[in-house]
Amino acid sequence: MQLAFTEQQQAFRQEIREWLAANAPAEPLKTFDTEEGFQQHREWEAVLNHGRWGMVTWPEALGGRGCDLIEWLIFEEEYYRARAPLRVNQNGIFLLGPTLMEYGTEEQKARFLPAMAEGRDVWAQGWSEPGAGSDMAAIRSTAHLQGDKYIINGQKTWSTRAVWADWLFGMFRTDPGSERHRGLTFILVPLNTPGITVRPIPQLDGLPGFAEIFFDNVEVDVSNRLGDDGAGWAVAMATAGFERGLMLRSPARFQETARRLVELYRENEATASQDPHIREAVIRAYLDAESYCLSTYQTACRLSQGGKIGAESSTNKIFWSELDQNMHATAMSILGARAELLPHAPAAKGVGSWLDGWLFSQSGPIYAGTNEIQRNIIAERMLGMPR
Amino acid sequence: MDFTFSEDQLLFQDSVRGFLVNEITPERLRAGWDTDTGRDPALWQQLAEMGLTGLTVPEEHGGLGMDAVDFVLLAQECGYVALPEPLVNHALVAVPLLQDLGGELAAHWLPLAASGEARVIVALEQNLLAEDAHVADLLLLERGGEWFALTQGQFSCEHSESVDPGRRLFTVTVQAGATPVATGAAAAALRAASLNRGALGCAAQALGLAQRMIDLSVQYTAERKQFGKPIGSFQAVKHHMANVAVRLEYAKAPVHRAAFEVAENAAGASLAVAQAKLMACEAANLAAKNSIQVHGAMGYTWEVDLHIFMKKAWALANTWGDAGWHKQQVATAIFADGAALGAGATFQ
Repeated sequence: MQLAFTEQQQAFRQEIREWLAANAPAEPLKTFDTEEGFQQHREWEAVLNHGRWGMVTWPEALGGRGCDLIEWLIFEEEYYRARAPLRVNQNGIFLLGPTLMEYGTEEQKARFLPAMAEGRDVWAQGWSEPGAGSDMAAIRSTAHLQGDKYIINGQKTWSTRAVWADWLFGMFRTDPGSERHRGLTFILVPLNTPGITVRPIPQLDGLPGFAEIFFDNVEVDVSNRLGDDGAGWAVAMATAGFERGLMLRSPARFQETARRLVELYRENEATASQDPHIREAVIRAYLDAESYCLSTYQTACRLSQGGKIGAESSTNKIFWSELDQNMHATAMSILGARAELLPHAPAAKGVGSWLDGWLFSQSGPIYAGTNEIQRNIIAERMLGMPR
Repeated sequence: MDFTFSEDQLLFQDSVRGFLVNEITPERLRAGWDTDTGRDPALWQQLAEMGLTGLTVPEEHGGLGMDAVDFVLLAQECGYVALPEPLVNHALVAVPLLQDLGGELAAHWLPLAASGEARVIVALEQNLLAEDAHVADLLLLERGGEWFALTQGQFSCEHSESVDPGRRLFTVTVQAGATPVATGAAAAALRAASLNRGALGCAAQALGLAQRMIDLSVQYTAERKQFGKPIGSFQAVKHHMANVAVRLEYAKAPVHRAAFEVAENAAGASLAVAQAKLMACEAANLAAKNSIQVHGAMGYTWEVDLHIFMKKAWALANTWGDAGWHKQQVATAIFADGAALGAGATFQ
């Protein structure tokens, strides 16, 4: 055990720190849940990619740096420290990208990965359906193979950033007689294909952060299938593994929230300390964010030495989503009467982005498998409790 | 950056776990409650033969020369079986303190500590009572800002019974005329270091205790049937245990990090230990709360073994610094001007 960074790791940190200082936008971009903000974020992805910082864990041939998980964590720490923009293409670069590298043909990799890295193709995920939420194997949208085309019909929903995205990766039932997780196929669909209707759904903040998508005899070439026909479940499960989870929600994000929470508490200590629970909650935020970081580093080190990830990785989602919710709830308590004010409200001076974060934190325990589903997985697969 | 244990460390943990689980059965623990001392010299001898009493003693004094990182996994296993022998205090707290005190005291006692001939115990004033003072061949006692090194006959003990029948706690009275072995700033530094080591020991044992309570609960709820099914198949029961598993999972790395900081005598050791103890004891307390719930009325009995581990977890949470004390350590660190917080600050 040696808990210090190597010189090489420190040099890497210094390099990204300097690059971000020179290149990260000075002013925050508009939210990517607006058309203008979406475009700004797409352009930022191109800037990142140009500096070879778009996806540092990708191989050099694909514009990455072949970084290991520790370097990824360092990158994320510097990225969040610099308050660089959120990643508009996270479904693509964090989830689909690694899955393409694992399951895609050479032709598919060449066709999709560079455009994804440059932000030319922004991806949305098409898993949930009106009747298939927590029960994802209940997917009913169909893709019928006719010659060298799939004919897609049905409906997807809760598809994040689909309003302005270019592509969708989704699961469709290709074997009409199949049930549950058999007979599903993973297909990549251009969202501008005739027969597709994207209907924006306003989120808690009123902005169209997700959409429902209707497919009416949509023709997609068979070369857009990822993995084998009927093997979609295994491909989809690969996008949900630990490393993908680490990409999506690395500790740096929550440590920065904890740091800002400590600052907020200190700025408002005279009023905040009247409720002893608040001080306790700030201390807990720090403890949990640090623990999440330590645990992630420990797992990353174990994996980089050839260790295997086990069922304990399913504790991750519950831990960070509840941490995020608790930290923002504490911030709301500290802000008191100002907490409800929108950031641009005249009387809202100093509330910053806490309200946005609070709203967003409500989604954490729901998306990517509800925390109730996660608890079932932990109990059954990690603890071995009976089904 | 290498946040892993070596193959050797993990193999040693496995062999110690195997030994402890075989030897320290709940039946043996219960038998020990009814004896005078509550301690078993034959068991202590077995621990010595495995090299555990001398693990942290330097090689020139007959030990294995290992440190807190080597010991922390073993302390977890001591927790898993609720080991009553004072091994954690001896190896993790007392032996390093003897080394720090140095001189003839260390030269005389370290070889005896290594061989297991002497049980060396540390007692801090902050702990109110001295654990296992009645079986200490050498008691290193901190009182009034000074340290005393006392053998049996140089102090007297009054037993205060704990809810945990496995714990033996004493009020110690020092015979008149004892001379301190450390005073002033040196004594204060030794007190702080010992508190870190003792708290780390509690945290590591709490991890083991929490795991044991999970294991007992998983086993019980798989066997116990209601409404024609094992109660462990009900989501309400599953989620109780999943909640414990989550808190336990994220308490492990802080404990291992604290062991590293302690082994390195790092400036951040107190903060790392405070984090570790808070996270681990909270996980163990939640394990106790949810485990008794899923055991139902059986969990409220003397007969079912759960209480052995539950009571030890409760006790460890409030000794070697209670939660309030350790939270204050964290608060002092994070509310300070210029505190290193946020992304990238963890390993600096």
